[in-house]
Amino acid sequence: MNLSEFLRLARDSILSNKLRTLLTMLGVIIGVASVIVMISISAGTEATIEDQITGLGSNLVYVNASFGRGGFGPGGGDSGGLVYDDAAAIAEQVANVAAVVVEQGSSETVKAANVALDGVTVQGSTAGFPSVRDITIAQGRFFTDKDVERKAKVAVLGATLATELFGEGDPIGEVVTVGTTKLTVIGTFEPRGTVSGVDFDAQLYTPVTVVFQKFIPNQFARIIGDRVRMLIVEVEDPSLMTHTIEQITLFLAKRHGVSLDSLDFSVTTQQDIIQTQESTTAAFRNLLAWVAGVSLIVGGIGIMNIMLVSVTERTREIGIRQSIGATPNDIRFQFLTEAILLSLFGGLIGVVAGIAAAWIFGTASGMRTVVVGSSIFFSFLSAAAVGIFFGYYPANKAAQLDPIEALRHE
Amino acid sequence: MIPVPIIETQDVSKIYGMGEIQVIALDRVSIRIQAGEFVAVMGPSGSGKSTLMNILGCLDRPSEGHYILDGVDVSEMDRVHLAGIRNTHIGFVFQSYNLLSRTSALKNVMAPLIYKRKNKLSHEQQSGLAEQALVKVGLADRLHHMPQELSGGQSQRVAIARALVNDPVLILADEPTGNLDSKSGEEIMELLHDLHQQGRTIVMVTHDPEIAAHTQRTIHLLDGHIDQVIENGFKQKAVAAEELGHEPV
Repeated sequence: MNLSEFLRLARDSILSNKLRTLLTMLGVIIGVASVIVMISISAGTEATIEDQITGLGSNLVYVNASFGRGGFGPGGGDSGGLVYDDAAAIAEQVANVAAVVVEQGSSETVKAANVALDGVTVQGSTAGFPSVRDITIAQGRFFTDKDVERKAKVAVLGATLATELFGEGDPIGEVVTVGTTKLTVIGTFEPRGTVSGVDFDAQLYTPVTVVFQKFIPNQFARIIGDRVRMLIVEVEDPSLMTHTIEQITLFLAKRHGVSLDSLDFSVTTQQDIIQTQESTTAAFRNLLAWVAGVSLIVGGIGIMNIMLVSVTERTREIGIRQSIGATPNDIRFQFLTEAILLSLFGGLIGVVAGIAAAWIFGTASGMRTVVVGSSIFFSFLSAAAVGIFFGYYPANKAAQLDPIEALRHE
Repeated sequence: MIPVPIIETQDVSKIYGMGEIQVIALDRVSIRIQAGEFVAVMGPSGSGKSTLMNILGCLDRPSEGHYILDGVDVSEMDRVHLAGIRNTHIGFVFQSYNLLSRTSALKNVMAPLIYKRKNKLSHEQQSGLAEQALVKVGLADRLHHMPQELSGGQSQRVAIARALVNDPVLILADEPTGNLDSKSGEEIMELLHDLHQQGRTIVMVTHDPEIAAHTQRTIHLLDGHIDQVIENGFKQKAVAAEELGHEPV
């Protein structure tokens, strides 16, 4: 027999029993489709995260308060060792620094005319905040250095927070009560989304000095200064980034009186954050790919099951074919061709179903899904491999049947 | 000139079970059948008819002895070569027709052609040859019918067309009328007699003495050996040369 005859035979057999055909292909269809859907979900998540992070620019250095092993230097304690004055000191004394922005937050109840919201993050910062966080003013203005200095009782609202408090109305000039302090709204932000778990749109922004004074008063502030959670340093020349990070680390260590191996702060860059995110999503993607891969193998076992049943069911056909001259190889290739064709068809249907399912899932859930070309290619390829691998055993079993026994089979 | 027999078995035995318990299904059977003969094989069940037919049909190999088919000793051939012999030399007609289900009459008749290895025909030639064979058995209007749409007699005609399509030297019919009503049975027998008239060599297993009586010779088997050979006096052109090589027990 030649290839075209095998293909014709397989086609006739596949078309003559549609239910059996569908059952055989089902596992492969589901397997291939799930590989494509799962990878499209993780690729979509990855793309979303990357979009958010890359907007932040590559000239920023983040200095976070952390527990030092020494623990109790100046400003040491349970929230680490950064103080407000560090910002000014870095800006003045470390070379290649353009600006320093501080962040210190507190969770408060925020009230407007008719609405009260619990647990809103009140983010204290300085004038440079919108530019380093890549967030744009929608209405009004952000607070200035002067507002920070004067401890002006003003607030800028994140996009969703503004809507929650004031609906469609204009919040500029309105007064919100934060805890017991009344702040005047001077601006609102455009939506920015969630970056590294922080929802910028749900926060209220106020001068960091107001936060120190009203929300987290510190009895030691006069001695050691006001603690802050984070400093964001904008670097003038990004090519000197590594050197600048070293300088900041040495300067702060000296200023805090801690040794380099027991720092009470950590210094990271945009690249570090992206890398962390990438390794997390890569792990997530690998996990999904393995789960989907297992479902492909299960699909292959499905093919083998149905093929084995089908060999038994078709024993008489095999006997008839042997009696009219089919050799063991003819029978083997007949069944193997069927298995491979079924897997390829199943793979093809699975690809279409996977792309459709990814689109439907993305539309229905609002999550971003990106169908990855290589996932189509590899899942299709493994479907074919699964067909050959799991089709061989049943085909071989069919080939080894004894013609007399097979003809006698009812 | 001594005619070459189509079938010659020399002391063919078939023994099942290699341990202490051995069942001798065939015991040193020697048969010669000439080209153009129509021979019936009879015998009670367990007499070795099926075993003999399986060996004559190259579905099985003898445990001992030699089987020479059309001048070639096939008793030592492996599965692959036996499949080739079945394909080119033998046409089977079974009691239960044994058509491929869900496969049209035409494709059933084409099936032996796709397993042919020498002088391969194109798909169109195969289809043409199969159609001719179906026309020959009177089924020109049933080419694309499925087996389940055909009557018993029609199914057996398809089976006969399939047996003929590769132009075999021998037709082996195993109770070809066993599943048919008497009218269809007669028609099938007529068809087989026609084929015989055209010079085909036919060996047929049957239970029916009347059907057997219409062949040239009836071989009676009993307990694995030849019990009796009856010349039916059915006059034929090839009769003169035939002879039975038969060991007395």
